[in-house]
Amino acid sequence: MTHVCVYVLNQECAFDFYTNKLGFKVKMDVPMGAGARWLTVTPPEQPELEITLFPVTIGQKFNVETVKSMTELIRKGTFGPGVFTCKDIYATYEELKSKGVEFMKPPTKEFYGTEALFKDDSGNWFSLAQLV
Amino acid sequence: MIAEQYPKIYLYKRIVQAKLFIDNNHADKIDLDNISDEAYFSKFHFIRLFKTIYGKTPHQYLTAVRIEKAIQLLGANKPVTEACFSVGFDSVSSFSGLFKRIVGVSPSTYLAEQQQMKAQISKTPLAFVPSCFAFQHGWT
Repeated sequence: MTHVCVYVLNQECAFDFYTNKLGFKVKMDVPMGAGARWLTVTPPEQPELEITLFPVTIGQKFNVETVKSMTELIRKGTFGPGVFTCKDIYATYEELKSKGVEFMKPPTKEFYGTEALFKDDSGNWFSLAQLV
Repeated sequence: MIAEQYPKIYLYKRIVQAKLFIDNNHADKIDLDNISDEAYFSKFHFIRLFKTIYGKTPHQYLTAVRIEKAIQLLGANKPVTEACFSVGFDSVSSFSGLFKRIVGVSPSTYLAEQQQMKAQISKTPLAFVPSCFAFQHGWT
């Protein structure tokens, strides 16, 4: 897979979170007119995976009701889009925490490795893992 | 509970702070000896721990950060000399050599490629968006 989509509530805030807090790199930032942006970021050591920061706004796919429902679901943490792995979870955890990333679970040993849980600025949950 | 699973927390905190110091001050003259002093480690111990965690010595990491920032500046259409001095290099030739070794092309080639891509993006933005996403946005 080369592209995945993370629905975000505010694309500008998500841009700041994913680049300045998580340290991701901007891959594509294409102005599409009327303030819209095609924005993708990549994990620092996985440049081939583009994560689309897709704003939940009214458009072809989302009508007013859908935007309202999606916003509510994302904000309350319904979605867990994926797992990020890292080489040293304790160092990554300390760094992200010091940058203000909210963790719901500190690094904890599991059968498959060590895992922590954090959420992005919209409310999407992610696992942060160091595999065995 | 956490303390049991996380026995070296004080070590991590110090090394992470040193890494963040490099991130935030990469454009300045950084004395890596001072960083190890501030982290309360001997220089040797500091370098060994830093490399264990980040896979690079502090000096290698500082160089990587500077090159990464230069990539961002060139991507924002800044001239090569400005990118070089803004990220903390003293010499354009050593910057260019390091840049080429790490990125694979010279800074001027990278800048030209970025300018070319941006021109193409402004001409045909939709060509850069996969159709499934363009359709969701109503960009057709």
